[in-house]
Amino acid sequence: MKNNMSAIPAAQKGIKRTGLLNRGIFLQEMVKRWPFYLMLLPGLLYIFIFNYLPMFGAVIAFKDYNPVKGVWGSEWIGFKNFEFFFKSDAAWRVSFNTIFYNLVILVLMTAISVLFAILLQETGSKIRTGIYKSVMLLPFFLSWVVGEYLVYALLNPDQGLVNGIRTSFGLDPINWYSEPVYWRFIMPLAYLLKQVGYTSVIYVAAITGISSDYYEAAEIDGASKWQKAKYITIPLLMPVVFIMLLLSLGKIFNGGLGDWGAFYNLPRESGILFSTTDVIDTYVFRSLRTVNDIGMSSAVGLYQAVVGLILVLISNYLVKKYDSDSSLF
Amino acid sequence: MFIVYSAMCLIPVLLVLSISLTNEKSLLTDGYHLIPKEFSLIGYQYAFSGTTSILNAYKITIFVTVVGSILHLLVTSMMSYAISRNEVRYRNQVAFLVFFTILFNGGLAPYYILVTKYLHLKDSLLILIIALLVSPVHVLIMRNFFKALPDSIIESARIDGSGEFMTYFRIVLPLSTPVLATIGLFISIAYWNDWFTSALFIENNKLYTLQYLLQSLMTNIQYLMSNEQASKAIEKSIGMLPGESARMAATMLSIGPIILMYPVLQRYFVKGLTLGAVKA
Repeated sequence: MKNNMSAIPAAQKGIKRTGLLNRGIFLQEMVKRWPFYLMLLPGLLYIFIFNYLPMFGAVIAFKDYNPVKGVWGSEWIGFKNFEFFFKSDAAWRVSFNTIFYNLVILVLMTAISVLFAILLQETGSKIRTGIYKSVMLLPFFLSWVVGEYLVYALLNPDQGLVNGIRTSFGLDPINWYSEPVYWRFIMPLAYLLKQVGYTSVIYVAAITGISSDYYEAAEIDGASKWQKAKYITIPLLMPVVFIMLLLSLGKIFNGGLGDWGAFYNLPRESGILFSTTDVIDTYVFRSLRTVNDIGMSSAVGLYQAVVGLILVLISNYLVKKYDSDSSLF
Repeated sequence: MFIVYSAMCLIPVLLVLSISLTNEKSLLTDGYHLIPKEFSLIGYQYAFSGTTSILNAYKITIFVTVVGSILHLLVTSMMSYAISRNEVRYRNQVAFLVFFTILFNGGLAPYYILVTKYLHLKDSLLILIIALLVSPVHVLIMRNFFKALPDSIIESARIDGSGEFMTYFRIVLPLSTPVLATIGLFISIAYWNDWFTSALFIENNKLYTLQYLLQSLMTNIQYLMSNEQASKAIEKSIGMLPGESARMAATMLSIGPIILMYPVLQRYFVKGLTLGAVKA
């Protein structure tokens, strides 16, 4: 696409040599550098088939998809699929939940990870820091399907550990899987437990990159640990934090912070909990595989992709304003 | 504070371990505890009871993880290397094509139709590998790594008459073990933990991966029983179906390899993070 756009004006100006579609140059390049293009080929083919073809296939959002007639043969129905979605209660629910959870998680995750990273540097004992890091990273390597079992072991209403503790203190057991309210807290908590170890380690890496000169100078001046954190570590870490925040902002709509499996697995697809657990991705997946409504699924998917793209562009613009070297493009 | 946080990370795993080792009757009457009230291996016995499904899921998962990770590294590194070289004229155009897929996608439904209707890959081993074969983020991380390699090494290899492929396999790849180890680690974990591809495309229970088997077990313990006689015998001997302990045993079995590999995983992981995660 980019090729076409830049090629046409160049050709019109008569600067044929810079035209990217110039056949002569293209062939010459292929002959001369063929090994590199051969290396590129498998990956490029893959991306074309599995990433670009579905983009064109997104037209089914505007069609009444008929498996017999295929993507191109199905009839156009304009915005009917979208209308259907936006008139339902689900539209507001899933959009709100998606944004709500991602923002809450993003803010908490950043704050906690930075705090942990600073404290990890301060523990002093290398062995202890190593053990903490190992334990904190463990949940990151487990899938959300395993997470489902871990949460279930804790929250199973009859035998679960949490209700067991509650009853031993004389409190009534709570039926976690039929009370949507609690999931407003359970979801971010579970998500944080899985991710914080990972992001903390990233921030630890960033802190390690800070020159030790600053700390030595501060020590000579008699600065306390707290003062060093406040006046050296945090200010120097802020650019990294800020950029990571802004970059994640763009991903909020597009598959969440990269991992929506939590919302599909932990609440066990329980309809009673949808008011607080249903996000765009789970909705798209459900309409595709459970309800088998291709039209709805593709429309919501496209809505997500377009809003996601807009958010990326906005946050990139913000990053660029803040620090032009760090923007994505 | 870290002690509390570490406990929060560990307790659920220990709880599942304990449940998997507890007698089923005790689970029903006493509930779940961090230390088994009545120790029993019946859950594991049931999970393995002459049935093939868990072992089969292991086989499928290991195959997909190993083959998938190797292919992923090969395809990704070749592509990244080509677009990292300045003498490749169209490198930026290709990089843009790769990069754009991070920003925008066609959505799940067209992808699903493409794979099932046009490529006919539903219910195939191949789709489990293909689904994670190329990751644009990994391509960009690797490209940045290759760009930082000193040009002179590659130039001198070329002068010595080494072909581009030879240079790539003999010189570039050996110099790139840190990035290969990190990306390899990420992708093998992703393959091992991938339940989503199976949930989308797999219906044949001979092709269930561990994660998907586990997911299906949550709603229906029957998935464990491919050998009815053996499981019936166990059911009879304890007077009930060891549902809970068998489920948790299956969970432990699915994370077992991760725990075993953990020291290695963790070391490369922490090392690798400094490579490109902050400024990918």
